[in-house]
Amino acid sequence: MAKFEISRRKFLTAASLGASGIMLSGCDAFDGQLSIGGGLRSFLENANGLTYRAQRLLAGRDALAPEFTEADIRQAQRPNGVTAPDDDTYKGLLANNFADWRLEVSGLVEKPLSLSREQLQNMPSRTQITRHDCVEGWSCIAKWTGTPLSLVLDQAVVKPQARYVMFHCLDTIDRSLSGDIKYYGTIDLIDARHPQTILAYGLNGKPLPVENGAPLRVRVERQLGYKMPKYLYKIELVDGFANVGGGRGGYWEDNGYDWYGGI
Amino acid sequence: MESVARSQSATGPDAPVSSDSTLIYRQSRWTRLTHWIWAISLFFMLLSGLQIFNARPQLYIGKQSGFGYNNTIFEIGAENTSAGPRGYTEIFGHRFDTTGVLGWSGPPGNETARGFPSWATIPSYYDLGTARVVHFFFAWILTTTLIVWLVASLVNGHIRRDLAPRLDDLKRLPRDIVDHAKLKFHHTREYNTLQKMAYGGVLFVLLPLMIITGLAMSPSMNSVLPFLNEVLGGRQTARTIHFTVMLLLVGFFIIHILMILAAGPINELRSIITGWYRTDPPAHDDETTERSA
Repeated sequence: MAKFEISRRKFLTAASLGASGIMLSGCDAFDGQLSIGGGLRSFLENANGLTYRAQRLLAGRDALAPEFTEADIRQAQRPNGVTAPDDDTYKGLLANNFADWRLEVSGLVEKPLSLSREQLQNMPSRTQITRHDCVEGWSCIAKWTGTPLSLVLDQAVVKPQARYVMFHCLDTIDRSLSGDIKYYGTIDLIDARHPQTILAYGLNGKPLPVENGAPLRVRVERQLGYKMPKYLYKIELVDGFANVGGGRGGYWEDNGYDWYGGI
Repeated sequence: MESVARSQSATGPDAPVSSDSTLIYRQSRWTRLTHWIWAISLFFMLLSGLQIFNARPQLYIGKQSGFGYNNTIFEIGAENTSAGPRGYTEIFGHRFDTTGVLGWSGPPGNETARGFPSWATIPSYYDLGTARVVHFFFAWILTTTLIVWLVASLVNGHIRRDLAPRLDDLKRLPRDIVDHAKLKFHHTREYNTLQKMAYGGVLFVLLPLMIITGLAMSPSMNSVLPFLNEVLGGRQTARTIHFTVMLLLVGFFIIHILMILAAGPINELRSIITGWYRTDPPAHDDETTERSA
């Protein structure tokens, strides 16, 4: 390991020069400052707000994500995160091919809904060939078919004080002392009403497979994959993040990702 | 910008002996300030960027990442061998054992599978979310600084006077290369040809390309500037270019530091901190006289 030590020292010498003489004891020097809630972290996170506002300003409400052609579909959609929920509720619904599954629409709406798969599929649909970009860095192009979320929201009649759409999922993503944590996330009403935001039940011309989120997942095409929850069962209109998990707007947000996953 | 020269005697007793050399005001405050903000920003962007890369330590060519087909051109990974876990780096199908640095690294007995080692990433442990916070914060600083520098350098003449290539630069190029190879440096007010190429290349090619490929990876910016990825060859190609430009910037940094050490670190550092630079005695070098006139 002597080699390793030397290269580390060399690197730090160079790094110190590059950082204009900031003396570093290693790149763990910043670790303590960077955890969620830490002073430096909170300061740096201010830039997330700036990034979000810049993207909103430039992209506006309705600018469309690029769409691709059939020729660009060169492989199966890569599944990520939970790909086979181990939850009894989910497994029970799956055993019955989701005949008993319902999508609940609740919270700040005039008319709460409970929609079956058939009811959703009988609504007007949108099919789009888009590129899925994972926060990790990879991309995959696939054809998604689903019900525009705006139609569902219109049917439920969103109350004026509602600001966000919260997605409740059937899959356990994490376990904590207070029990299993099912995946959850939020988007604002601008993205919820974006023409390409759909509740997808079809993938590449076939029913949505389990590993990609059956029976229903969200597509939010101007954001990264972690903003598109799978295994949906409830949509709740909320006015803030106070009652959303740890208060940052989603499971991954509570674990340090930015709420707006546009970059 | 004023080109002030003052005689040796005016600098006081701490100045070296040569009575012919002069201190000139070479770097404006805009150049100095932006230089150091870039240095800090690039340091943090590099180390947070390597952390982000570790989330998917592979590079592809095209619109998407090949899972059902192969368009991977670069990969850092770990594999189990009869000699235990090893780290490897694969470039265009050629595999190299990089255990200890790339793919498999960490304190003895506690090695883990990770692309770049913990000493090269911020945070040191795996944390994609935090690295993104750091990366995008400094992306704003870097970009803003580049714009400030561009405006200031157009106004104060730095670009026109110091960076714009001239016919003379082309003629000087062969001799410049020979001089650099021999580590023979001329301390003049003006940049030599290789300096112009290096600084101009970083400021007008590499940094803008970094910003453009960074934006091209953003799904929201793709809705505003869909042509970016079409020009660049797809989002995954943009990511590969982003990484390649990083390597070029690291290469620039290493050469930059070596040249400073070779050309006289005190004088070079003084000029980028205070602006004042000691030029060669003109009488001993016709070239210098001509260029400094």
